[in-house]
Amino acid sequence: MSEVPANLKYSSDHEWVRLEDDGSVVVGITDHAQAALGELVYVEVPEPGQVFNKGDACIVVESVKAASDVYAPVSGDCQATNSALSDEPELVNQSPYEDGWLVRLQPLAQAELDELMDADAYSRFLAESDS
Amino acid sequence: MSEPIIFELSQAGRRAPTHAVPEVPAHHIPEALLRDAPPVLPEVSELQVVRHFTRLSQRNFSIDTEFYPLGSCTMKYNPKICNRLAMLPEFLERHPLGDVERGQGFLECMFELQEMLKAVTGMTAISLTPMAGAQGEFAGVAMIRAYHEARGDHERRQIIVPDAAHGTNPATATMCGCTAVEIPTAPDGDVDLDALRRIVGPQTAGIMLTNPSTLGVFERQIIEIAEIVHAAGGLLYYDGANLNAILGRVFPADMGFDVIHINLHKTFSTPHGGGGPGSGVVGVNDRLAPFLPVPIVGRAGADRFVWLTEKERPQTIGRLSAFMGNAGILLRAYVYIRLLGRDGMRRVSEYATLNANYLMKQLAGAGFDITFSERRASHEFIVSLKGIARETGITAMDFAKALLDRGFHAPTTYFPTLVPECLLIEPTETETRQDLDAFAAALIDIRDQARTDPDEVKAAPRTTPVRRLDDVRAARQLDLVWQGDPDSS
Amino acid sequence: MPYIPHTDDDVAAMLAAIGVDSTAELFDEIPDGLRIDALPGIPEALTEAGITRLMRARAGRDGGVVSFLGAGAYEHHIPAAVWEIANRGEFYSAYTPYQAEASQGTLQLIYEFQTMMVGLTGLDVSNASLYDGASALAEACLMAVRGNRKSKSRRVLVSRGVNPVYRAVTHAIVRNQGIELVELPLDAAGSTDIDALTTFDGEDFAAVCLAQPTFLGTIEEADAITDWAHAHDMLVISICNPTSLALLRPPGEWGETGADIACGEGQPLGIPVSSGGPYFGYIVCRKALMRQMPGRIVGRTLDLDGRTGFTLTLQAREQHIRRSKATSNICTNQGLMVTAATIYMSLLGAEGLRRTALQCHANTSLLAGELAQLEGVSVAFDTYFHEAVIRFDRPVPAIVDALGEHDILAGYDLSEHYPELGNALLVCATDARTREEIDAYVAATRTALDRLQAA
Repeated sequence: MSEVPANLKYSSDHEWVRLEDDGSVVVGITDHAQAALGELVYVEVPEPGQVFNKGDACIVVESVKAASDVYAPVSGDCQATNSALSDEPELVNQSPYEDGWLVRLQPLAQAELDELMDADAYSRFLAESDS
Repeated sequence: MSEPIIFELSQAGRRAPTHAVPEVPAHHIPEALLRDAPPVLPEVSELQVVRHFTRLSQRNFSIDTEFYPLGSCTMKYNPKICNRLAMLPEFLERHPLGDVERGQGFLECMFELQEMLKAVTGMTAISLTPMAGAQGEFAGVAMIRAYHEARGDHERRQIIVPDAAHGTNPATATMCGCTAVEIPTAPDGDVDLDALRRIVGPQTAGIMLTNPSTLGVFERQIIEIAEIVHAAGGLLYYDGANLNAILGRVFPADMGFDVIHINLHKTFSTPHGGGGPGSGVVGVNDRLAPFLPVPIVGRAGADRFVWLTEKERPQTIGRLSAFMGNAGILLRAYVYIRLLGRDGMRRVSEYATLNANYLMKQLAGAGFDITFSERRASHEFIVSLKGIARETGITAMDFAKALLDRGFHAPTTYFPTLVPECLLIEPTETETRQDLDAFAAALIDIRDQARTDPDEVKAAPRTTPVRRLDDVRAARQLDLVWQGDPDSS
Repeated sequence: MPYIPHTDDDVAAMLAAIGVDSTAELFDEIPDGLRIDALPGIPEALTEAGITRLMRARAGRDGGVVSFLGAGAYEHHIPAAVWEIANRGEFYSAYTPYQAEASQGTLQLIYEFQTMMVGLTGLDVSNASLYDGASALAEACLMAVRGNRKSKSRRVLVSRGVNPVYRAVTHAIVRNQGIELVELPLDAAGSTDIDALTTFDGEDFAAVCLAQPTFLGTIEEADAITDWAHAHDMLVISICNPTSLALLRPPGEWGETGADIACGEGQPLGIPVSSGGPYFGYIVCRKALMRQMPGRIVGRTLDLDGRTGFTLTLQAREQHIRRSKATSNICTNQGLMVTAATIYMSLLGAEGLRRTALQCHANTSLLAGELAQLEGVSVAFDTYFHEAVIRFDRPVPAIVDALGEHDILAGYDLSEHYPELGNALLVCATDARTREEIDAYVAATRTALDRLQAA
């Protein structure tokens, strides 16, 4: 049973979004996603300043056997990336919601934030997709 | 027992003196342009070199030593005579830019190889230059693009690939400035025709297919697929990886393909060499012939052969190598075809298919889950271990490692990705029935062990030079160059 | 039936097990209209003895020339041990090392090869080979365009000193991705014109490519060009002859910070000229560009028992994982040639390779110097590695033909690709050439010139 913190929002691509006090959002991948990917060996983050539309591939997470795109859950411009990941990509596996955060975005469209799922909806989504 | 890195055998000042020529000064090179310190290369004796690399070779599985049923790789026997004749000193010593009049023997072999490959595929023109299947694919897609551009049809940038396609296919599309778009495969193994009809249009450059497909079965609707794609203005590319299954039985040209690449290191038995060199010769029909990569061998009289270059073929997509491709590999393929002859080539597909269907039946009879059990196997077939994985926790990878301990190289695993926990098994025609039976027995034995002692299967391999390796560590703590570490194991 | 071991009993038993009466039934899924019954275009089979006779006869038409031709493929003495070992079945008939435990021989060898290439070039990470030098340059350009963080340019500067066929191949491969190659001219000394660099000030390029030595055998002022390129946010791609790397300053030491990508042709390292292939391309890069590098890379790691082992790593860059977003579509590379090269480099060592380089230089100097004594003949450039441009006062083809009658392959006629050099021939006398052969070349040239003068 994967962890789904109550205070976060979620996308159907298994990203979480945390709204910060200053209006920016921090983005990462969920516990379900990190377990599915396996041990990460590399995380490719974008350059600060790059602008993404919702759904654009903005990050690549690499395990030994696969490289997966992480998609921008909302449109935004990239303000910061988690520099600790270049030496310790395993932070994403060990602490997907805290130390393993990926990027911070300044969202461009408030409405998109409302389209994200809350913790209950995401938990139900996970239960339904499990075959 | 590990084998030291060759640098660990070095002793400062040790030489293999038969290879050192006398020291002479460099009159025409200013001092400032010379190296200060010598490069770090081994300092060992000839015997040390011979021992080290001989011992390294003994740490490999190979066709010469083990059954190697890798699906889509066609690991058939590499005849020694092909190697010997390709390495005749006159061929080895000939400079590619030498006088054509002093290369007529080589050129005649190349010309005949072109003709024979046409005869085997039904195509009207061949270029021998691409140096591997992937380069052949590049040539093929580049030619398709050139064809459309030449007709002023600039919007065609989409290449259709089945979702079960080999990774080189979409990678090639990108390299050619196209985008790859996937179509699904139906449960019976054929491509989804409705999906294809929906996807084709004025943006379609072409489709890349293998037949038999990567799922190991013949694409029965190939004529219809060709009609749909051609009607929409696209062309058909044939990935020749599985040609061994239909050699001498079907002409790819008849199936509607406009361009094909052949993996000589698969179908025509040139050596795999631990990762190459291969050869991905391309064949085309009249539509694409003007665009073939150069150089090509032409005939200029009854007994005279010449190179045809950009001058004679101005619409060519260009050159893909500095000279003319992997000449030595082409010679090996030539010898192989001459040894097999017209009947031998048909026997290849006959016995490759017999072996695959026999092995498939043996495994089906033993209760393994054959993915397309209702269909004929081509030269390969898929076994899904999903059920066993769920029952015992033993995966396809575990089976692969356990096979190594029983003296077999594993089949292809986890490809095609459509079938979970799969083994793609291609025995080839050069294996005996007894070897196939032994292989089936090994798989049965592993499955039994998976049920009674799964930990032991998970611990495999035990008898290889190393046990399972830490891939995560390899990727996280990158050690790609020997640095002379003090704490080597 | 060559290579097919089945007896009639085998076939009968197998057909019975499958449940069919004949092998023909196994092809019943193939639509009728597609089936063919025979291959009339293929000749009848030959025996091993028969094909041996045929190939010996063909080879017999091709031998017997003494070669002074380089131009990208070089004849060096190859110690016997190289191919005795490389031809072992365990190397020759092994597959790509995807199952690491079954391929430790190949994998360790590649790791040692990677280490040697890093040593020769002075850069950080090598791959396990590409197809050849020309396609390696194409891949290097693609890498530079992808990997240059300071420039979005899709244009690459390529010196006219780079092998013209390499430039053509690179163009054929990169143009489909909208990448343009722009030529850097040469100066009167036959190397890249440093003064001309200023004409490109203010323009945006992803990289600069230069060959060392150049196709003409001359030696570049690599430091100045490297620093200029870096000052203008361009990456530097070197194309170096590997034998020369034992002697000349390597690309890792060019300018302030060294080149960024080193690529080239590995054939001189233990591979015969073999009518044009198979050879291998090498590519080595700075650590920062490592993830953009195409092809296989081997890493050292530990197994379950803590033993050292080797495995393919960074595979997420490659086609079998990344598919359409892979760094390249390359799958099979040139594994057996790398095996030979690694054994060759081990046998020669740095000292042996350096002396081979010096011997080539000395032999070419000797040949060039003696030819320059002939009337109407001069050496075009003063500084060269192991090839020299010889200028004649009359067209080159007639001279080449005349030497051909003496079974001498005179060199490479430069008039097609470098018309600005006039009647120019690129000659190369490697360690494989003897004093007698060099003398014979000079004598034959003297005779030919006299005859042509008289005519």
